[in-house]
Amino acid sequence: MIWPTENKPRAAIQLNHEGQLRHFLSIEGLKRELLIEILDTAESFIEVGSRSIRKVPLLRGKTVANLFFEASTRTRSTFELAAKRLSADVLNININTSATTKGESLSDMLRNLEAMAVDMFVVRHVQSGSPHFIATAVTPGVSVINAGDGRHEHPTQAMLDMLTIRQHKGGFENLTVAIVGDILHSRVARSEIHALKALGAAEIRVIAPDTLLPVDVESMGVKVFSTLDEGLRDADVVVTLRLQKERMEGALLPSEHEFYRLYGLSAERMRSAKPDAIVMHPGPMNRGVEIDSAVADGAQSVILQQVTNGIAVRMAVMSMAMSGQINALAARGGQ
Amino acid sequence: MMTEDPLVDVGSLLQSMAQKVTSLMQARNIGHYEIVGIRSGGVWLAKALGAELGHRGAVGELDISFYRDDFTRIGLHPRVRPSALPFATEDQNLLLVDDVLMSGRTIRAAMNELFDFGRPASITLAVLADIGQRELPIQPDVLGCTLHLKPGQRVKLLGPEPLNLVVKQGVPT
Repeated sequence: MIWPTENKPRAAIQLNHEGQLRHFLSIEGLKRELLIEILDTAESFIEVGSRSIRKVPLLRGKTVANLFFEASTRTRSTFELAAKRLSADVLNININTSATTKGESLSDMLRNLEAMAVDMFVVRHVQSGSPHFIATAVTPGVSVINAGDGRHEHPTQAMLDMLTIRQHKGGFENLTVAIVGDILHSRVARSEIHALKALGAAEIRVIAPDTLLPVDVESMGVKVFSTLDEGLRDADVVVTLRLQKERMEGALLPSEHEFYRLYGLSAERMRSAKPDAIVMHPGPMNRGVEIDSAVADGAQSVILQQVTNGIAVRMAVMSMAMSGQINALAARGGQ
Repeated sequence: MMTEDPLVDVGSLLQSMAQKVTSLMQARNIGHYEIVGIRSGGVWLAKALGAELGHRGAVGELDISFYRDDFTRIGLHPRVRPSALPFATEDQNLLLVDDVLMSGRTIRAAMNELFDFGRPASITLAVLADIGQRELPIQPDVLGCTLHLKPGQRVKLLGPEPLNLVVKQGVPT
C-alpha cells in the first residue's frame, strides 16, 4: 500500500501572501523557519499555562468549531482547551448526532456554520485530504486546522512531539529518532518524518514489519529496520505508535501477541537505545501490545508531557493561523 | 532619509528617576516592591533603574504580544517570547517600567497581563520619555523627560549597553 502523496502546490494554500500560516493542514511543504516559529510561540504559551489565570485575550470574540468526524478524546479536548485559553468561543460538533446523518452535505453544513460566524474549523476526518477540501471551500478569512485526516497527516501532533523533543534534547541536528510500529496507518509518523526532516534531524529510522510499512518509505529519507534491537541502537528518541487495528483490512499481522514479541517496547529492549533516550507515544496506548507499562510509566517516558505540550502547540497554531487570515484580509482590503 | 540623533543623557535621567521612585514609594508607604520591565526597551531600562535603586532580586520581563488590542487589525507579533516574572504578583507592589509612553495602549496591555499572574497590591508606572499623543487615560507616576516630536518623527531606545534615546527622522506616518 502507498501513502497518499500531496503535491507541492496544495501546500501553498496554508500560507498567506507574506508566507504566514493561515491554515494548518500538513507539515509537508512548510519551511524550517515556520516550524521553529510555531515551537517558539508554543513556548510562550507554556508559560501562560503556569499562571494563576491560564488565559490570554487573543481570540476574544472569535468562534472555533471542532468538527470531529472520527473519534478522539485527547486531541479534541486539548483543541477545546487551547481555544478556550485563547478566549475563543468553542462549538463542539459531534458528527454522529449532527445533520449529516440526516443527509445534509458537508458543504451545506459548512455554509450553515459560517452563517453562525465561525472563524476557525478544527477538522478530524477519516478521509485523507478532507481538511484541505474544507480549506478550499470556506470563505476568505476563515481558518482550517487539520486535527488528523485519514493516513495523511496529523500536523499538530507532530509539532507537539517536536516541542517535547526540543525541550529534552535542545535541538534536532545531532539526533537519531526511531519511530516504531504501525507506520503504514500512521498519519503521526508521516507528519513527524516531514517535521524531523525540515528541522534537520541527523537520522530518522522506522522500525516495523514489512506489512506495516508503506511502499517506498525510503524515498522520504528514512532508514528502515525490521528488527527492534537493531533499530533502537543508540537512538536519542523512541516514538512508539498505536497499532491501528480499526484501520487494518486483511491479515497484516499474525496476532497482537506476535507483534508484542517482535516490536513491543519493553525496558529490556530500551537498553539498546542511549541511556538518556526519551520514549514518546501519541496515545491512546495499547499497553502490552506496542508498549510495556514499565516503559510507558517509566523514567524515560515523556508521554504525559506530550499531552500538556499539545495545548500550547494548538494555542500557537490557532493564534498564528488566525493572525495570518487577519493579515490576508487586510491586504485584500488595502488593494 | 533616516538620521539618528542622541537626544538626552539617559544616565542622568535614570538618576533622577531613581530619586523620584524612592520618594514616591516612601510617600505611598510602600516598603517592598518588585520591578517589571516591558520588552524590550522597558526591560533594559528596568534593569538599569533597578541597579540605580540598589534593588535586590531579578527584574521581571513582560512580553505583551498576547495582550495587544490590535490583534484583530495586524495579527500576532512575530518572535513572541515567554514572559518571565521571578516573583509572585499577588498582593505585591510593582514598579512597571517602559521606555517610551505614547498612546498608553502598551501600558494597558501590560496591566492586563500582570493581573493574570495574580492581583497586585499596587502598580507604579515609570517611563523614560513621554511623547504625548495619548489615546487612553494613563499617566506616568515617575517620568524621565517629555519630548515634543515633529510629525513623522519617532523615538527609540537603543541598548542594552549603552542606553541611548534617539529620534528617527523621515519615517512615514
